[in-house]
Amino acid sequence: MRNSKVVSLEEAIRRSGLKSGQTISFHHHFRGGDKVVNLVVDKLAAMGFKDLKLAASSLSDVHAPLVEHIRNGVITGISTSGLRGALADAISHGLLKEPVVFRSHGGRGSAIASGELHIDVAFLGACSSDELGNATGHGAKSICGSLGYALPDARYASHVIVLTDDLVEYPNIPQSISAADVESVVVVDSVGDSSKIAAGAIRDSKNPRDILLAKQAAKVIINSGYFKDGFSIQTGTGGASLAAVKYIREEMIARGIKASFALGGITAHMVALHQEGLIGKLIDVQSFDRVAAESIFADAAHQEVSAVEYASGMHTGSATHALDIVILSALEVDTGFNVNVLVGSDGVIRGAIGGHQDTAADSALSIIVCPLLRGRIPCVVPRVTTLITPGSSVDVVVTEYGIAVNPLRPEVAERLVAAGLPVVDISELAAKAASVIGTPDPLPFGSQVVGVVMNRDGSVLDKIYNV
Amino acid sequence: MMFVPGNNPGMMADAHIYGPDSIMLDLEDSVTMAEKDAARLLVYNALKTIDYGSTEMVVRINPLSTPYGRKDVEAVVKAGVDVIRMPKTETADEVRELEAEILRVEEEIGAVGRTQIMAAIESALGVVNAYAIATASSRMMGIALGAEDYTANLKTSRTPGGAELLLARQQIVVAARAAGIACFDTVFSNLDDMEGFKAEVELIKTLGFDGKSIINPRQIEVVNQVFTPSEKEIVKARAIVAAIKEAQAKGSGVIAVNGKMVDRPVVLRAERTIALAVAAGVLDKEEAL
Repeated sequence: MRNSKVVSLEEAIRRSGLKSGQTISFHHHFRGGDKVVNLVVDKLAAMGFKDLKLAASSLSDVHAPLVEHIRNGVITGISTSGLRGALADAISHGLLKEPVVFRSHGGRGSAIASGELHIDVAFLGACSSDELGNATGHGAKSICGSLGYALPDARYASHVIVLTDDLVEYPNIPQSISAADVESVVVVDSVGDSSKIAAGAIRDSKNPRDILLAKQAAKVIINSGYFKDGFSIQTGTGGASLAAVKYIREEMIARGIKASFALGGITAHMVALHQEGLIGKLIDVQSFDRVAAESIFADAAHQEVSAVEYASGMHTGSATHALDIVILSALEVDTGFNVNVLVGSDGVIRGAIGGHQDTAADSALSIIVCPLLRGRIPCVVPRVTTLITPGSSVDVVVTEYGIAVNPLRPEVAERLVAAGLPVVDISELAAKAASVIGTPDPLPFGSQVVGVVMNRDGSVLDKIYNV
Repeated sequence: MMFVPGNNPGMMADAHIYGPDSIMLDLEDSVTMAEKDAARLLVYNALKTIDYGSTEMVVRINPLSTPYGRKDVEAVVKAGVDVIRMPKTETADEVRELEAEILRVEEEIGAVGRTQIMAAIESALGVVNAYAIATASSRMMGIALGAEDYTANLKTSRTPGGAELLLARQQIVVAARAAGIACFDTVFSNLDDMEGFKAEVELIKTLGFDGKSIINPRQIEVVNQVFTPSEKEIVKARAIVAAIKEAQAKGSGVIAVNGKMVDRPVVLRAERTIALAVAAGVLDKEEAL
């Protein structure tokens, strides 16, 4: 067609004017199936680029090949929501000289919008695109649903390259990424492994601990004072979160209560409740499974939002500001209600901030569901290894040994006690964990800062040292 | 009563959080020969260290005829276990032998009479001797059926309906009632068949058992559902108990509630319903009085 933007990857890079030292960006909607990051960085390395800063919405196990590119000086800086696998391990051991900058999803959106995180060239994978760059998360080879985390990049990057393995006839509408923001379109063999991009619905957990935690979390929600007609909710994808939805559903039906919207990562569970008429609308920044990914294209009440619209602390219109209840997980919670979701008990990075900081801060009621003990690891501790979400944003911590309520929320504690729930002081939980497991030796951290944890407002919350 | 392998610290550490009435830490069949000593040490330390709250703690020891049995008794009595479960019990003499062993250890630590005994009946001979076993010692708190060994001994195998277990189950309930102690049914191993499990729990409740052995916390809810009296049953039981108290105060024997005669068995059943409701946490203790 006239004005086609389709070129080879090499040509697209050349046209972008990318220079060594600049910032490139990626999204993580293809999850563990992503092939875009490795493909592009391999090409950049082959073309002789050095000293690039990689700004991803998140990175995972599949990005282990970046280790070599860091060693060779192709990548010298990273910002992301999370790190896992071999790349996380190498970085925790001091591979990258410049500390990784960790931001929440909302924090990244804000930083991009404000220019604090300026992206020179965004490489955005899409499940389909037309020749002008109208791109979506819905294609012949794969389907990821929402492209919410890629939208700030598309809007604010100096130069945007869409990569797709399904070039479709113009116009590819309704589109997620608008051709107006796109400079080049690159057709590749595969943007990712479709089975890992959108897995089937996550099965219900049979883990008795998850079920116990889920029941308690559901009871907390039901008795919190926020469980009334028109409430809104966000949950994670952990076994306990999903199981909690099941119990909340039963109570919604029993009491004739409907939710106005569900937010965040949307799962098949939420879609089912919506289709049953129990949830009015679905606000989707990331579709977690195939059911959710398909629903967003079929249902006008299921809408995509950008990371900024989802959770920016700087934009008063972001959806988290309207959120009543959020269920979140944690690797560790401390007696000050501070939460760590990023650094493991061995000091190695193994997680992601995600929307944790954003939803905890903005929601009316934030509930952390966390076992007191994971095998021999205590999860309620005197002080978190790394501070990710400040205790001032955390209202309730649900464990299998009792429920702790932040002293800042005495009215919530009162309601839960009145409902007969086992409300305990959080220091009792920490003492209980210590009595069963003992006090672990301090972690052998070195003196090199390998990561910096940003708060969603752009301030520094904590530093992560090498192990 | 929830079975927990005695060689699994992760499971032992917090088995009580799921709310079973009792936990049986196992030193016998779930522990291999090579791990017997390690498991004994683990169970000892679990009993000493972990706060299981009000959960009744049972340990299944190895038979006294093995090299491990006596060491098991010594360790768990010293750790303060509530009940020792003796596996594969066939005669009253075996119970008395265990009783003597327990007494020896209790005397050593100055805690005579603290430890109770539960005997698992897992063979044809054991079923035949059920009453003698149930009355062999004042420490006997209950007898339990172990169906896997029993059906092997009978030269049959377990079926969903449990026809092969009927005689043993009834014999054990009758023996326990005659001896005035408790009786517990065997485990149900297929965790994915919750319907089958529920049917079995309903069956054994009808037969008269006091409880069911379980192998996974997921089974607790079903047992509680089946054994917990319904609101209707509780209301009726309280009306009966209240009426009989009033009648006793007036010095009259036979009474009627809602037009039906209430005699002693009816009162006993009503009292048991109230006790179960209190135990299941659906009726407040104060309210029950």
